[in-house]
Amino acid sequence: MPDTILEPPPHTVPAVFTRALLDWLPWLEPLAVEALSERHMAGLVDAARVKSPYFRLLARDPDALRARTLTDKDIFYNPDAGLPRAERELAAAATSRFNGCIYCASVHSRFSATYSKREADVQRLLDDGTNADLGERWNAIFAASVALSTTPITFGPLHVERLRRAGLDDLAIADLIHAAAFFNWANRLMLSLGEPAAAAGT
Amino acid sequence: MPEMDADIIDQLVGIEPGSALDAIRHRRPDARDQAQASYRALFAPEIPGEVTATERFAVAAFVTGLHGEAATASFYAAGLAASGASAELRRAIDAAIAAVAASGGQGPYGSYPAGPLSREDTAGPTHHVADETRRALGSRLAASFDHMHLLVFHPRDAAPAALRELLDAGWSTTDIVTLSQITAFLSFQIRVVAGLRVLAGAL
Repeated sequence: MPDTILEPPPHTVPAVFTRALLDWLPWLEPLAVEALSERHMAGLVDAARVKSPYFRLLARDPDALRARTLTDKDIFYNPDAGLPRAERELAAAATSRFNGCIYCASVHSRFSATYSKREADVQRLLDDGTNADLGERWNAIFAASVALSTTPITFGPLHVERLRRAGLDDLAIADLIHAAAFFNWANRLMLSLGEPAAAAGT
Repeated sequence: MPEMDADIIDQLVGIEPGSALDAIRHRRPDARDQAQASYRALFAPEIPGEVTATERFAVAAFVTGLHGEAATASFYAAGLAASGASAELRRAIDAAIAAVAASGGQGPYGSYPAGPLSREDTAGPTHHVADETRRALGSRLAASFDHMHLLVFHPRDAAPAALRELLDAGWSTTDIVTLSQITAFLSFQIRVVAGLRVLAGAL
């Protein structure tokens, strides 16, 4: 059978940025669970990701998925100093908010809220976007994430200076650059291969 | 082909072994190695699949050309030439990049699902490769360029119809995953390079 576009089942399209759990519905056919080879499983990295249609779709190019996943994990989970996890997640949420990825923003705003315990500020980021006032340190992180996400890129020495004044050292600034850059990767896949849906039963 | 083993991000930023930025990159060793592994998987895959090396580098030359980051764009233009691309194809890609530059779009723009976010909808150009360039690129590559322009500048306008155009032009579902990964990865790599270069200038 020739490849086709999938028609997502009836669902509620989320029309605002939210920290609620969302589903993601693919527009292209993911690999079937029973069709996954050892190479595909290696691409998924975590066996639990077999349940995700998003990762089973990306598993069609397993080596690219594997390298992407391992890049992602080190940027966000490496515990050796640098930018605190809450603020790596903040950069991911800010980038997703700016690029307009409602699904990615939901996941990473939840993580940022969990690690920072600043639910109200994270919600302000979702509600107000680039107009949000989150306090100087978070404002500096948001502004740098935005400047890294524009095309053409507008990140410059003034952003670095502002981040330093806000207390980020060079490793933390490098972490922020990677977190924002990585979400320019993730947002484009999530936005273009399927769509978010309000989770069933919510 | 460009050198596959030299770290591309180091090369494009100009990071010297033993420098402060080299030390910073080695604090995140997997991010460093796997960014490079991502490049290899997408541009020198062990199992080539149905997307040719010339197609991979053609898309990369177009996408990096759209960002106006000279060093990264030159790197992929060199990769394209080394992949055996004809002079005619390379001229067509340059013409496609110039046409986008003339349209003056600044990303990210696009529309949200109708509702409260509609007030943030931002207009910007939707790009279709011009007929003459289209003939030189061939319909398969031309369709990919139309889609990659959307991914680069206004990804929130993505819709199933855009993927249908790719299937109609002869790309398979698996090919579309690879093309999307190429453009999404380059969106990352080009920003790491640009960001680290700014940081290097401030160390």
